[in-house]
Amino acid sequence: MSFQEQLPIVLGSLNSGFLQTLRLFAITLLGAIPLGLVIAFGSMSRLKPLAAITRVVVWVVRGTPLMIQLLIIYYFPGLMLKTNWWGSGESGRFLAAAIAFIFNYACYFSEIYRGGIQSVPVGQQEAGLVLGMTRPQIFFRVTLLQVIKRIVPPMSNEVITLVKDTSLARIIALQEIIWAGQSFLKGSQGISGQIWPLFFTALYYLIFTGVLTVLLGRLERRLDYFR
Amino acid sequence: MAILEVENIHKQFERTQVLKGVDFRLEEGKALSIIGSSGSGKTTLLRCLNFLERPDRGRISIRGEVLFDAEDAVTRRESETRKKRLHFGLVFQNFNLFPQYTALQNVTLAGELMARERPDYRAKKREIRQELEEQATALLKSMDLGERLGNYPHQLSGGQQQRVAIARALALRPDILCFDEPTSALDPELTREVLRVIRELAARHTTMIIVTHEMRFAREVSDRVIFMDGGVVVEEGPPEQVFGSPREERTRRFLSYAEDQ
Repeated sequence: MSFQEQLPIVLGSLNSGFLQTLRLFAITLLGAIPLGLVIAFGSMSRLKPLAAITRVVVWVVRGTPLMIQLLIIYYFPGLMLKTNWWGSGESGRFLAAAIAFIFNYACYFSEIYRGGIQSVPVGQQEAGLVLGMTRPQIFFRVTLLQVIKRIVPPMSNEVITLVKDTSLARIIALQEIIWAGQSFLKGSQGISGQIWPLFFTALYYLIFTGVLTVLLGRLERRLDYFR
Repeated sequence: MAILEVENIHKQFERTQVLKGVDFRLEEGKALSIIGSSGSGKTTLLRCLNFLERPDRGRISIRGEVLFDAEDAVTRRESETRKKRLHFGLVFQNFNLFPQYTALQNVTLAGELMARERPDYRAKKREIRQELEEQATALLKSMDLGERLGNYPHQLSGGQQQRVAIARALALRPDILCFDEPTSALDPELTREVLRVIRELAARHTTMIIVTHEMRFAREVSDRVIFMDGGVVVEEGPPEQVFGSPREERTRRFLSYAEDQ
């Protein structure tokens, strides 16, 4: 098969792999951004036991490889509980991967949020209080935007890392883009022993992270109007 | 009748007893200055009045109505605190303007949030907002900030920021406006423009409590002066007496240090 014949086959495969990568990326952000806030409030709770438990969980999740978390979450129900929680096939793998990613990233986000919230001077809250604002009003109208401004740069880092981390889902055979590119090493759709699809795979990542870098940079600049 | 009556306020942090029974009264339309060295409890006292700290003992009343009584659980309720705070305005040492809002928005924000609780807010949203904006604009203009309405805090000098903060506190029409060392973060030139604004407020008989290290200013602007030391009121009287012929040895010592500066 000539390169011209192989190219559309490889691109078709990479495109559908990339779509799965994007889905995992999007659902992780969608889940982890709010869950991270819940965990952040947990770790800052005035209830000492709740704060302690939350911090231990965050320590465990951040202190172990995401790959192990993926393997355990995916295989544990089947092997230990003899149940088929995740369902079969690709949708089951996606569900397990999504849960592992959301929880893992939420823990990282929670620490960024916590730092951001605690870095807003307490005087901002006091100013709101003496002006008769309620605590929710102070959080949403005064503190939140200042927190967002502070966390955009570290969050951008995490988001870029997430793009590449989605490839870890390959370990439970999720058919994301690495899985698709790698299939042409072993042989798939009549193409085998080819390394160039992996270079193309890398290019997908590069372009996507490039686009994200530009978008996140824009967001950062939009918040430049205050200090 | 006194507009404000403060009785036997005690406040302890961890093991430190910061306020050990503070009493004073303030008449409507008068300016009261509180002087004293750092750590004497002046700031804590102001924070108690604004319900940023809760006294362990004592009573705070406005126009005879008890706002807080450590003995009475009803007055200690958190849910009631919000409304009570509105009797007081507080201007902070380091301004604490909201950085993401313009000077004008800083002044209108709280009023706007409060207006939302009015039953007619939805129907009259535009008029209410316009009224708040006009009022805030007038306030800022009266403080020579007419050109600065659309500026963000970081685009303003410290003196301008503090004047916005004063306007922000005044916009809610508090019964008593409190200042917590309003010029301590400012250089002498910026201090002057802020003191001028406070002086004008005094001339218009705004009821004020001013915690300050500016002795000359305190002497000139206030109707009453309190000297605090070690968490108690050591001396209280009209400025001529406290500054001119202090009765207490501790007051004399403090004032002689202040003069040396």
